[in-house]
Amino acid sequence: MRVAGGQGFWGDWLEAPYRQVTGGPVDYLMMDYLAEVTMSILQKQKSRDPARGYATDFVSQMERILPTVVERGIKITANAGGVNPRACAMAVADVARRLGLGGKLTIGIVSGDDLLGRLDGLIARGHNLENLDTGRPLRDVRDRVLSANAYLGAAPVVEALQRGAQVVITGRVTDTGLTLGPLMHAFGWPADAWDRIAAGTVAGHIIECGAQASGGNCLSDWKTIPDLANVGYPIVEARADGTFDLVKHPHTGGRIDIAGVTEQLVYEMGDPRAYITPDGVADFTSIQLAQVRKDRVRVSGVRGKPATDQLKVSIAYFYGYKAIGTLVYAWPDALEKAQAADRILRQRLANLGLEFEAIHTEFLGASATHGPLALKDIDTSTIPEVQLRVGVRSPNKDAVDRFTREIAPLILNGPPSVTGFAGGRPKPEEIVAYWPALIDKRMVEPSVELVEA
Amino acid sequence: MKRKLLELAHARSGDKGDTANIGLIANSPKDYPILVKQVTAARVARHFKGMIRGPVERFELPNLHALNFLLHGALDGGGTISLKTDAQGKVFSTALLRMEIEVRR
Repeated sequence: MRVAGGQGFWGDWLEAPYRQVTGGPVDYLMMDYLAEVTMSILQKQKSRDPARGYATDFVSQMERILPTVVERGIKITANAGGVNPRACAMAVADVARRLGLGGKLTIGIVSGDDLLGRLDGLIARGHNLENLDTGRPLRDVRDRVLSANAYLGAAPVVEALQRGAQVVITGRVTDTGLTLGPLMHAFGWPADAWDRIAAGTVAGHIIECGAQASGGNCLSDWKTIPDLANVGYPIVEARADGTFDLVKHPHTGGRIDIAGVTEQLVYEMGDPRAYITPDGVADFTSIQLAQVRKDRVRVSGVRGKPATDQLKVSIAYFYGYKAIGTLVYAWPDALEKAQAADRILRQRLANLGLEFEAIHTEFLGASATHGPLALKDIDTSTIPEVQLRVGVRSPNKDAVDRFTREIAPLILNGPPSVTGFAGGRPKPEEIVAYWPALIDKRMVEPSVELVEA
Repeated sequence: MKRKLLELAHARSGDKGDTANIGLIANSPKDYPILVKQVTAARVARHFKGMIRGPVERFELPNLHALNFLLHGALDGGGTISLKTDAQGKVFSTALLRMEIEVRR
């Protein structure tokens, strides 16, 4: 039973899904499209055109892989439906018919995650949807909310598969649920088989970021990772007892080893004893890894605990405006020149009486990502160039707009040896921020619908 | 003798809102106890002084020879709010690897 990871995010390698379904045997292809802010972008698209609001790239992918998928009986799970999984399914059905696959494809649609239209009712009934980080109730920003989606688990994916769907298109289903669902369906795992639910969740966590589990973005001995140009995306080869191997197709690049899999296990990790999903709670301190042979890592021993009675809700709301301007200063004294320019810029912003929630300065090439830790380790007098990068954030669009006009003048009226302004004046951007909350599971009713192509 | 953590460990990091996580993994299982002993939450908080606004939490994963750190208030609000290049904390892990630790020779 093989589940292949096909996309780690919307924007991942376009070649990966095709390579996964043609490069060797797989039973399922899972594709993750939804990041936290993606939902608000899709909600905006849907408000302009009711036929939109899903990951359009998925439909192009399906056009390319459906003939193989139908011929080989491969099943697909994808949260590409965004805020409009039904429209996404219709678009895929159209593609299938155009490819001559009419009557040969059943598409499952998972929805029920979208809470936007129900927010006022929920708040009125005492669901405050407090921000998990700040504790503030959602009513503080209610009039600025752009999208609100509960994270659904594997259960509706399992239902769609049981009812005969070959392609399951979902809204906000967890990344891990897209892998766990196929495993529960194929092996008949009950929803309260907590250790196996946890194992399937760990499998999902490992492959949900695509090649990050097979040699991509891997720091361990990175120079020796072979042929990343031809990288093979990860595949979970699972057994009914909940143990599984991570592999990739033969004749592909990348590497599957304990070091790389461990890096992916700890990626975006909170408390490792309690990795909470709608389906259960996985204990990452129970995971055992073994290198069985080259490019094959065995995962066993995973323990789990019962699911909680709440679901996470991902809410997006309008926050304000930001803009980021950059200039490049060259040797000699590259860093000092950039620092001087920053001081001058801040003085001018203050003189103009502009107020910002934050002004953030970085010196790329010197200290942008490692801060003062980097400056301790290097001789700054030899740095050939430094990019000054200044960002501002404000609820006031005019203040941000005025800031964007203060960058270019520095070229002629600031420190010398400055270049790199080819991109022109920076543009103020709207900030859509993320509001994580919890809701009682009983308030959310997942729904499954089937359509035939 | 003093060695950079980079010589003993590798790491990967990510984000959850305004919190960066760093998974620190011993290159060799025999070095894991050195990490447990020396790379404490307090030491990591000192290492990142001025770069993070909140506390540091540490979790142990002896099964993976790894430590997981949560650096709260590390990302200028995080996600789309943040004005940082590394708004999602993707390379915070490598900054930790600059830490010097004591190794017996």
